[in-house]
Amino acid sequence: MSIVFQKTRGLTDVPTHYCPGCTHGIIHRLVAEVLEELGVLDKAIGVAPVGCSVLAYKYFNCDMHEAAHGRAPAVATGIKRVHPDNFVFTYQGDGDLASIGTAEIVHAALRGEKISTIFVNNAIYGMTGGQMAPTTLVGQRATTAPNGRDENHCGKPIRMSELLATIDGAKFVERVTVTTPAHIRKAKKAIKECFQVQLDGKGFGIVEVLSTCPTNWGYTPQEALKWLEENMIPYYPLGNFKRPEEVE
Amino acid sequence: MAKVLMKGNEAIGAAAIEAGCRYFFGYPITPQSELPEYMARELPKVGGVFLQAESEIAAINMVYGAAGSGARVMTSSSSPGISLKQEGISYIAGAELPCLIVNIMRGGPGLGSIQPSQTDYFQATRGGGNGDYRLVVLAPSNVQELVDLIIEGFDIADQYRNPVMILGDGMIGQMMEPVEFKKPKKRELPPKDWATDGTKGKRKPNIINSLYLSPEELEAHNIRLQAKYQKIKENEVKVESYNIEDADVVIAAYGTTSRIAKTAIAQLEKEGYKVGLIRPITLWPYPYDEFNKISDKCKGVLVVEMNSGQMVDDVKIAVNGRFPVHFHGRMGGMVPTPSEIIEKVKKIYGGEI
Repeated sequence: MSIVFQKTRGLTDVPTHYCPGCTHGIIHRLVAEVLEELGVLDKAIGVAPVGCSVLAYKYFNCDMHEAAHGRAPAVATGIKRVHPDNFVFTYQGDGDLASIGTAEIVHAALRGEKISTIFVNNAIYGMTGGQMAPTTLVGQRATTAPNGRDENHCGKPIRMSELLATIDGAKFVERVTVTTPAHIRKAKKAIKECFQVQLDGKGFGIVEVLSTCPTNWGYTPQEALKWLEENMIPYYPLGNFKRPEEVE
Repeated sequence: MAKVLMKGNEAIGAAAIEAGCRYFFGYPITPQSELPEYMARELPKVGGVFLQAESEIAAINMVYGAAGSGARVMTSSSSPGISLKQEGISYIAGAELPCLIVNIMRGGPGLGSIQPSQTDYFQATRGGGNGDYRLVVLAPSNVQELVDLIIEGFDIADQYRNPVMILGDGMIGQMMEPVEFKKPKKRELPPKDWATDGTKGKRKPNIINSLYLSPEELEAHNIRLQAKYQKIKENEVKVESYNIEDADVVIAAYGTTSRIAKTAIAQLEKEGYKVGLIRPITLWPYPYDEFNKISDKCKGVLVVEMNSGQMVDDVKIAVNGRFPVHFHGRMGGMVPTPSEIIEKVKKIYGGEI
C-alpha cells in the first residue's frame, strides 16, 4: 500500500503546548510543510520569539535560536550575515513584533535583510494572560483594557503589513488568515512565495497571519474563528501588499 | 612583526581581525566610535562583515545570532550603550555563547559625560543584566596589553563558551602607543558542534536557548554555569604586582589609574617611602589571593579609581580585615593626579587616616 499522506518532516514529534482551538498549530504546520517542500529544511535556521510561540524552537525540526522579546529580526540578521546561504526565518507574535520589537522588524526590512518573517497576529498578549496588544481592536476587552481599548487613551491598533510595505527593502508583504480550508491554502501559498523571495536573494519578506486566541478572547474555538472574520478582517484586510514583480 | 603606532580604539579592531574575528555589530557612541569606523573600513577587506545596527539592543542581539551560528564576533560601546546591551549579554551568558564585548567607559550616571571614567566596574563584574551570570572582565592599562587581551579574550570566550568583556576607559581608547601583534598562549579550544549552521540532514537540530521552564532543569543549568565559573576562577586570574611583600602601603588600581599610581609610587620611592602596587588585569575573576602576599607590616591599602569607590568592595573582601582600606577617587571624567595619590599615601604613613 502506498503512502498518500504523512506528517511533515518539518515538525518534531512532540505535543505542542498551544491551547485548544488556537491556530498556531495550523500555522506551524504550514511553515514546516513549506520548508520541506522547498527542500530547505536541512539548511533552515529559525528564530523563536517571546510570547505564545516561545517554545517554537522545540517544534520546528531544524536549527533554532530562542530570541529575547522582539529581537528575533536582529538575531536572524546575525545568523544570516554569518550564513548567507542558509535559509533564515523568524516566527513572531504581535506583542513581540508590533510592540517591543518594532525597531528590529522595521530596520531588518529597510536593510532588505534576506530573511523571512511569519507574523502571527491574534490581537492580544496570549502567553501573559490576555493583556492589550498594539493590535488589539478598538473596543476589544483585554485584562489591561477592562472596558475595551479606548482610542483616545491608547490610539488605534497598528497595521504592520501596511507599514512595512512602504519600506523599499521589504520585497514581499502579505496578510492571510487560516479560518477556513480555502484561507489555509492561500496562507500556505503566501508563505511559499515569501520564502522563495529569500531563496532568490531578493530581500526581506513577511507573511502576517490573522490568528485566534479562544482562551483570552473568551470564546469557543468556533466562536473565535467567527469573531476573527467579523472583526479582525475588516480592520486588517487580507491580501498581498507587495511582491517583487511590482517593485522591479 | 615590527611595532606600529596605533590609537587604542583602532588597535582593538586590528587585534580582533588578527584573532580571526570577522563580524562586528555596533552603534556609534563617543568615546569608542573610531573602533566601528575602523571595522567598517577593514573588515570587508578580509571577507568579514561590519554592520551598523539600529540600536545597541539590536547590535548585541545580532552578536547573539552570529555567535550562536559559530562565528567569532564582537561588539563595542561606551557606558550608556553597554547598559542597553545588558539584556542581550544576559541571554548570551545564559545560552553560553562566546563573544567579545568592549566597553570604553565614560562618566555617568545617565548620559553623564564623554570623558574617561571607571564607573561601570560594578556593572561589569557583578553581572549588569538579569540572572546569576559572570563575564570574564579584562582591564588593560596600555595599548599593547589591550591588543594582547583582545586576542586572548576571543580564545578565553571560545574555551569556556562565555562572553568576555574588555573594560577600558576613554583614555586608553584615545591614547596612541606602539604595539605589536603576538600569538597568544596555545589553548585547547573545543569544537563548536553546538552552533546553528543547518543540520544538512546529518544531525539533530541544534538549539540556542536560555529558557528552562522547569525549575529542576534551570537549577541544573545554573549549577553547570557555576561550575564553569569556578573553573575560570581557578585558571584565568591575571594580576600584576609590585613590591607588595615589602611595602608599608599598597595601592590597588587597574587600567588608566594604575599608570598614574605607578608614577606616584616612583616619586614616593625617591622620597624613601615603600609603596607596592596590585594591579588586577582580570576584574572578574578577581585576584583576591594576591592580597594575601602583602606583608603584615603594611599600614593600609589605598584603592584608586575614577569613580566613587567600586573596586573597594573587592579589595575589602580580599584584605578581609587585615589592614585598613582607604580610597581615593575622582568622578565625572576627572582624572586623579599623582600628587593627590602621593598626599594620600603620606597621610596613611603618618597615621592621619
